[in-house]
Amino acid sequence: MTSASFIWNVCKSSFTFGLIGLTVSDRFASVVPVRGLSMSPTFNPPNNSSSFRLFTDDHVLVEKRCLTDYKFSHGDVVVFCSPRNYKERQIKRITGMPGDWISVPFSYDAVKIPEGHCWVEGDNPADSLDSRSFGPIPLGLIRGRVTHILWPPQRVQKIDKKLPRSGLSF
Amino acid sequence: MSLFQQWAFIVKEALDKSFLVAKFFCGVHVANTYLCSTALVQGPSMLPTFSLTNELVLLERISTRNGKAGTGDVVILQSPENPRKFVTKRIIGMEGDKITYVLDPKNSDSTETVIVPKGHVWVQGDNIYNSYDSRNFGPVPYGLLQGKVFWRIWPTSAFGSIGRRPETVDPALKVRYIFNVYRRA
Repeated sequence: MTSASFIWNVCKSSFTFGLIGLTVSDRFASVVPVRGLSMSPTFNPPNNSSSFRLFTDDHVLVEKRCLTDYKFSHGDVVVFCSPRNYKERQIKRITGMPGDWISVPFSYDAVKIPEGHCWVEGDNPADSLDSRSFGPIPLGLIRGRVTHILWPPQRVQKIDKKLPRSGLSF
Repeated sequence: MSLFQQWAFIVKEALDKSFLVAKFFCGVHVANTYLCSTALVQGPSMLPTFSLTNELVLLERISTRNGKAGTGDVVILQSPENPRKFVTKRIIGMEGDKITYVLDPKNSDSTETVIVPKGHVWVQGDNIYNSYDSRNFGPVPYGLLQGKVFWRIWPTSAFGSIGRRPETVDPALKVRYIFNVYRRA
């Protein structure tokens, strides 16, 4: 086997592998790292080894099957494109569905979530840029739902649906 | 050949063929999602660019993914009110632009001015008399754009590219658009 045909075979295999991998990660599930502390303690719980952040970031399984019918509910942790910058992906928890009323913090107003939108909040409200700043987001921006933590090994677990403590959705 | 060998041969053939089909399906998916795809457009909101009946168009996914979709492009986007519905509209303004639009052209001339927020675009149908667009649901986040329409492939009588500027509407034909009576000349 000449080296040229060997290289050609390697290219073909990696191309096929890439196609299949891309399709699976688009349609079924993919693994993403969670950056930042906006979802503490659910992801990236506070600890003092901040220098090893790159290795201790939680890696989560994001399932994409939910994107066929967009049936989300309260407490789902979702990955979505930020409405302020479509290139950024953010991970937050859905705390309001269409038709819910959310009370705006520090004011007497209440906002009704319009049709096709949802209210997302981070589990760590002190350090989270979420719907309290940019308002409800259209469900079409959601790119997947987080189901499990896969890394680090001592934190492998299923993500529960936590109901919101505040926000007064009624 | 023993029975087991025959079975092994058949199973191997079946696996090879199904692997080929899976590869083909993955290739089609990647091409549709990242390169170019087709779509069926219908409805009165983009007259005269698209007529009322079904038209088959080609949309390319590269410009919307790279942030190159701009003012004047016809795009397909997920409706902000129903993520399972796709609508075809033209981008009128990008983030930071000041848009002055007529609220309800059928009934009055009152206008409103709005500045498109960061990360959003303002979309309107070419047929402003009968279009449910940003004038109703507000600016849409850029992440909802699916692809840019650049070529029409059906009906073959109108085969060709879709331009950046909407075809000008003759004011004398305004009545036809309001009542959805339009036939391509």
